[in-house]
Amino acid sequence: MESFNLSARELAEKIKKKEVSPKEVASSYIKRIEEVEPKVRAYITLTLEQAMREAEEIEERLMSGEDVGLLAGVPIAIKDNICTRGIPTTCASRILENFVPPYDATVIKLLREAGAIIIGKTNMDEFAMGSSTENSAFFPTHNPYDLKRVPGGSSGGSAAAVSAREAPLALGSDTGGSIRQPASFCGIVGFKPTYGRVSRYGLVAFASSLDQIGPLTANVEDCILLFHIIARYDEMDSTSAPIPTPSLEEMLSPKVEGVRIGLVEELFGEGVEEEVKEGVLKAVKHLEEAGALVDWVSLPHLPYALPCYYIIAPSEASSNLARYDGVKYGLRVEADGVIPMYMETRNKGFGAEVKRRIMLGTYALSAGYYDAYYLKALKVRALIKRDFDEAFKNFDILVSPTSPIPPFKIGEKIDDPLKMYMADICTIPVNLAALPAISIPAGLDSQGLPIGIQFIGKPFEEANLLRLALAYEEANPNLPLPIPL
Amino acid sequence: MPRLTKEEVEHVAYLARLSLSEEEKEMFTEQLNRILEAFAKLQELPTEDVEPLSHIIPLQNVFAEDEPGKCLPVEEALANAPESDGNFFIVPRIIED
Repeated sequence: MESFNLSARELAEKIKKKEVSPKEVASSYIKRIEEVEPKVRAYITLTLEQAMREAEEIEERLMSGEDVGLLAGVPIAIKDNICTRGIPTTCASRILENFVPPYDATVIKLLREAGAIIIGKTNMDEFAMGSSTENSAFFPTHNPYDLKRVPGGSSGGSAAAVSAREAPLALGSDTGGSIRQPASFCGIVGFKPTYGRVSRYGLVAFASSLDQIGPLTANVEDCILLFHIIARYDEMDSTSAPIPTPSLEEMLSPKVEGVRIGLVEELFGEGVEEEVKEGVLKAVKHLEEAGALVDWVSLPHLPYALPCYYIIAPSEASSNLARYDGVKYGLRVEADGVIPMYMETRNKGFGAEVKRRIMLGTYALSAGYYDAYYLKALKVRALIKRDFDEAFKNFDILVSPTSPIPPFKIGEKIDDPLKMYMADICTIPVNLAALPAISIPAGLDSQGLPIGIQFIGKPFEEANLLRLALAYEEANPNLPLPIPL
Repeated sequence: MPRLTKEEVEHVAYLARLSLSEEEKEMFTEQLNRILEAFAKLQELPTEDVEPLSHIIPLQNVFAEDEPGKCLPVEEALANAPESDGNFFIVPRIIED
């Protein structure tokens, strides 16, 4: 069996038992990438030579009996907004096209310590702003289940890479659904941990109160493995939570018996396609049969989550992206005087969606509009958080579709920003409330396109969420989905 | 909410240090108005008694020891600069004669 068909956990075990060598694993993935990458276009930068060298190093260390870490020799793809020392980190933007970070993000440091091997940096919507990866300044990525369709976004490259088995594991970032929605579109697992659980040090900032790094994997077990490695307190991130990481043993034991599951009424309503609703409810039935207690629950402020998010996130972005001024790194367009230089640089360096959000955020924060937009949105955010707190008094886990619609065609929504924003209605509330949530395939629709189910947990109770996710995967007879391509 | 005019879009673009083309100004005026119209929904919610949520997790006053750590060598810190000289970033002239 070719290595690329194995799960990350199987790979790690086989490598440790010396049944397969890190070099063989790397070669298998390189072969797979050569075969499918021209169709999928998941990667902005491939680091195959470096990966081969690192595989050799791990192999030597393994042979000399060294403890080489939990993911020794296992390849991983990294979203291109996570800083990797010596490897370009572009955020899929012209403004950072030639940026080579002088340091590793904390998650990259942790992955290297665990022996993982970076095989490339993945495509994304520019600065993680978008839901289809069409906002990449370089090229769109294609959904492996239907190459005419988008992989979702903004971590579309990471999701497509894992879906097409161009990598067993990937990291993405999730500000309003950017891990979960592409995972749903590409038929894989995508997990956004609680805000503060995974260090953001070295993640290029989009909206700092919402951004969170997390795993994209082919199954829940691999997700647990990767989460376990990256979930560490980090003094380099002042929002990092000093809370111990749950043990692997605990997270790897499925639990569904007696778990109280709430179906979120508002996220099965208007705008959610019938077939998606049915697919998710059918998937929930398997959990009920396995012993979960299922009921409906209402979170009345969720219909306000979308405008609330699209005020807060662009406001934070307009501030965060002020650093791209043509001085310290990135593109500079020469002009007469410093302000014209800033303005020309930013005009040429940013794409349409990034400019749109900077404009929206700058407007919402500007004199005379701050109270009506930004402050109002912060208050609505408090109401949404309160809704979740209430719901979690009676339920352990909340459930909804991940995306209200199946993967759409490339070009279908790109000219209508509001329509594109609607793709995030089910995932956004989770970021506003800083909760952990995971998307897992529910099955395929009548066109053979993946549907995703979202499980939402209590803050810092990732262990319970992942245990239920494992049980769900075992209980759903339609999983795993067939590997596309 | 009042409609955003093209002049306001120009003003916001200046605040954001973006030099937009005429075409972009037209496009953003139209799109931002549509987006803000859709977001007017927020105003229906009474929020007089609600405290704005600006810290999402209960972490306050995170301090670090005031000890010098490791820092990047100058060459590495300047390696990505569009223009630099020795220890400095070079920018266009800011102060007039």
